[in-house]
Amino acid sequence: MSIKYLPCFIGRMLGALLVSLVLSGAALAQQPLRIGFGMSQTGALAGNGKAALISMEIWRDDVNARGGILGRKVEFVQYDDQTNPSTVPGLYTKLLDVDKVDLVVSGYGTAVIAPAMPLMMQRKLVFMSLFGLNVNSKFKYDRYFQIMPAGPDPAVDWTRGFFEAAATLNPKPQSVALVGADAEYPHLALEGAREHVKRLGLKLVYDKTYPPNTVDYSPIVRAIQATNPDLVYLASYPPDSAGMVRAASEVGLKTRMFGGGLVGPQFAALKTQLGPLLNGIINYEAYAPDVGAKFPFLDQFLAKYQARAAKEGVDPLGFYLPPYAYAMMQVLEQAIKGTGGLDQGKLAEYMHKNSFDTFVGKVSFASNGEWAQPRMMTVQYGGIAGNDVAQWKKSGLITVLYPNEYKTGTVRAPYHENRK
Amino acid sequence: MDSTTALFANAIVAGLLLGGFYAAMSVGVSISFGMLDVVNIAHPAFILLGSYIAYTMNDRLGLDPIAVSVVLSPLFFVLGAGLYRVYYLCFEQRGQESLRGLAFFFGILFITEVMLVLVFGVDYRMSKTAYADTTWRLDALDFPMRLVVPFLVSMLMVVGLQLFLSHTFFGRAVLAVAQDPLALRLMGVNPIRVKERAFALSIATAGVAGAFLIVIQPVQPAIGREYIGLVFAVCVLGGMGSIWGTLLGAFVLGLAESFTSTFFGPSWAPAVSFGLLLATLAFRPAGLLGR
Amino acid sequence: MTNRVFAAVAFAVAIAFAAVTQLISNEYYFTAAYTVLQFVILATAWNILGGYTGYVNFGSAAFFAIGAYSSVVLYNAFKAPLPVMIVAGTLIAGLAGLGLGYLTLRLRGVFFAIASLALAVVLYTFVVNWDYVGGARGAYVLQPSEVPFGLPRYVHLLYIAMVLMSALALIVARTIETSTLGRGLAAIRDDELAAECSGVPTLRLKIVSASVSCALMGMAGTTFPYFLSYVEPSSAFNLSYAVNSIAMPLIGGMMSWVGPLIGAVLLGSVQQLVQVTISSAWNLLIVGVLLVAFVTLAPNGIMGWIDLWRRRGRG
Repeated sequence: MSIKYLPCFIGRMLGALLVSLVLSGAALAQQPLRIGFGMSQTGALAGNGKAALISMEIWRDDVNARGGILGRKVEFVQYDDQTNPSTVPGLYTKLLDVDKVDLVVSGYGTAVIAPAMPLMMQRKLVFMSLFGLNVNSKFKYDRYFQIMPAGPDPAVDWTRGFFEAAATLNPKPQSVALVGADAEYPHLALEGAREHVKRLGLKLVYDKTYPPNTVDYSPIVRAIQATNPDLVYLASYPPDSAGMVRAASEVGLKTRMFGGGLVGPQFAALKTQLGPLLNGIINYEAYAPDVGAKFPFLDQFLAKYQARAAKEGVDPLGFYLPPYAYAMMQVLEQAIKGTGGLDQGKLAEYMHKNSFDTFVGKVSFASNGEWAQPRMMTVQYGGIAGNDVAQWKKSGLITVLYPNEYKTGTVRAPYHENRK
Repeated sequence: MDSTTALFANAIVAGLLLGGFYAAMSVGVSISFGMLDVVNIAHPAFILLGSYIAYTMNDRLGLDPIAVSVVLSPLFFVLGAGLYRVYYLCFEQRGQESLRGLAFFFGILFITEVMLVLVFGVDYRMSKTAYADTTWRLDALDFPMRLVVPFLVSMLMVVGLQLFLSHTFFGRAVLAVAQDPLALRLMGVNPIRVKERAFALSIATAGVAGAFLIVIQPVQPAIGREYIGLVFAVCVLGGMGSIWGTLLGAFVLGLAESFTSTFFGPSWAPAVSFGLLLATLAFRPAGLLGR
Repeated sequence: MTNRVFAAVAFAVAIAFAAVTQLISNEYYFTAAYTVLQFVILATAWNILGGYTGYVNFGSAAFFAIGAYSSVVLYNAFKAPLPVMIVAGTLIAGLAGLGLGYLTLRLRGVFFAIASLALAVVLYTFVVNWDYVGGARGAYVLQPSEVPFGLPRYVHLLYIAMVLMSALALIVARTIETSTLGRGLAAIRDDELAAECSGVPTLRLKIVSASVSCALMGMAGTTFPYFLSYVEPSSAFNLSYAVNSIAMPLIGGMMSWVGPLIGAVLLGSVQQLVQVTISSAWNLLIVGVLLVAFVTLAPNGIMGWIDLWRRRGRG
């Protein structure tokens, strides 16, 4: 240890001494349980990273208020990965070898999950991941678990809802256009969509991608319109979701169903910015106020989350990612309690064998670590007026089309007549 | 109009509208980089600063972002003048501007980005205007106001700048300053003062372009980096140091992008635009309108 | 010191660094060192053209990515061994540098800078649309489960490869610097017209230096796929490579091979440290402030300071 850190070290020791004195009764006080992870707080995905971090901190505070896990207080050791994958191996080896954390979980998104995988596999650690898309298809690691409800075959399950809803149209749709951004998620979603196109015997009339930093999307929408598709499936990230939705309205896109895989409208920022432009659009959501009854306890979390999010300038609704970030930690908590320790092999075994009660419902894992049952909802927006955020907490704006157990309505087609 | 003609005509309209926006983004670089030899790679950062100021005024007071930016452009002018002072004292005076100046502006780019993150957070922001959701239709042609309004203001700004630079004494002094500062001095003009004002003018245009940006698309602090390539490409493609050249370069890139998107695959649009730039550099290095 | 002696010393030091893997088991230090060394190579390579010749390359990330993606191709096609990847990536990046140099080094320096920027965008688009290397979805490149030479983990092997490549890059840079080629390049930097008039074959020298510089940048990228296991275009073409490979020589000093080395070790370590201590938006701020502070206060970098201090010492 260098001289520079000595004062800090002494300070920490004194602090620790003080704490142990205060806890005199619990002087046997166990070491805190330390959980390490990298999370994007700068860079392109920082908005989501910060929202996830807030949720995880709420979980930590909740757990500690209940006396911790197995009598141990929970502590986080977390670093900013800058949404830059090349920082990830460094951060996780630091967490494991220098900070010596007891457990690690992933940061947000495939790009920062995949680079941590080799390390996890070498150390045989349980790795709980937050919204990674099909990461395990190449690694085939049996201690990998993923909390996004994409289902055991993510590409195909992800896009199923849109096409199931399309199949209910009368007359049946004939042609489809697929379009998406040049990035990992949209490409995966489009791959899944192509499977459904084949399965349903639809005619593929347009299948192209665009760079995510495109400024004007109207030429793309016009090129799609020129093929006159019955359905337009779009897989996009927030800035281009906004661009495509605007362009569709400006060009006057005429099709029976439009949307499907837009990332962005799940968050308050785009919900309020696009407002009425979202009317008629099909999309996926993890939560809708109308199905709130199926998720008891979620209200408690959302109340805590919304209070903190408003302060820190991140997604003020928290319908999408935050509950899952919390649920990810709940799964770990229950697995630790269930096995009575941190033995990684036992944890993994327990997580494969049991199902977990979380704020986002019952979770059980398939052999590849994805949810055993896909549970992302396909929805249609409608009845939105103006741009205020509060209306989204009311019922009726988000109609759930699929899966059937959550269904609250049927598709309203065509898109251009529901746009207003 | 049959559908192919309509597609073609719309591609032209979209390309021109886009080009108008690109021109506004790049005209400042055309002044600072093309005329003054100041490699201001932080120009997009100032554009974003303009976006966020326009956003704040729009969000809090409901003012029109573009009107706000025009009214506040003197503020950016002063900021630019101050920045040039620092740049002059630290680099030009010592005669080692190019490379170190570049690193200096990289630093400014990062500092501005972090400041925006700390003040506004990392979420995407967008402005609300009365015209953004309306579209004019003329036969089969669409004119989305979201692009038309920035286009018109941009044309006013760019043409105004050109007239100003070619018809005033100050303007001609700016054109002369990089080539022969000594001659300027002999004519009783202080070249530093001239460069300072011209640079300030370039930053003032960034503030206005920022308002266009936030009218056109959602904005996040890190997207400034994506525009570095574009603004320099526009400026070099048309011909360094010529405002008409910048305008032409912007239209060429805008049209290339909209035609690639419409008729080939949008995914290839950047390769076409920047491939065009590479070809220009290899075969006609002075740019399309260069001397 | 003659070039041969220097090369011997450099390799000896490299072997000593490599031997550390037998002493310390903590993987973190090797992962961190890998990243710093990667920047040592990039900065040294950039300086061969930028510092010695005065031509700014904005496209370091493009050449780095060429190295990385040529490894991805070789992995997908033959599961080629690491040394083959390194050699192939270096050569391909060198050829790309040759082409770019041939087309644009006849022009003023600014045009070369813009052309390198444009090349980065064009290559990025190609990679995004090239499904064989994963396209926009990215490619998985799994580390082999068996590690050669009895090393504990694969990252140790990557670290050793990086150490040796850094030594090689430094030797190349120093050899160029002390050779006739280096004197020719310095003449171009100081006054290109005068050099041309006194019979220096400026274009040829510039092209040689561009090819070598770009080849070394490519070399730095060849091990990247194994290091990350997952390569996608936006991480391989990350702006941070372009920025750091310019910033590091500037901070260290551009006149000799020592400057980029010092700059890369310093800035690289500070970044590693800041990442795990401050870890927030302030992170980027520190890079920005360091850049601005150094170029304004220490115009010739750290080496400039040292020179100044030495001269004063002599009186």
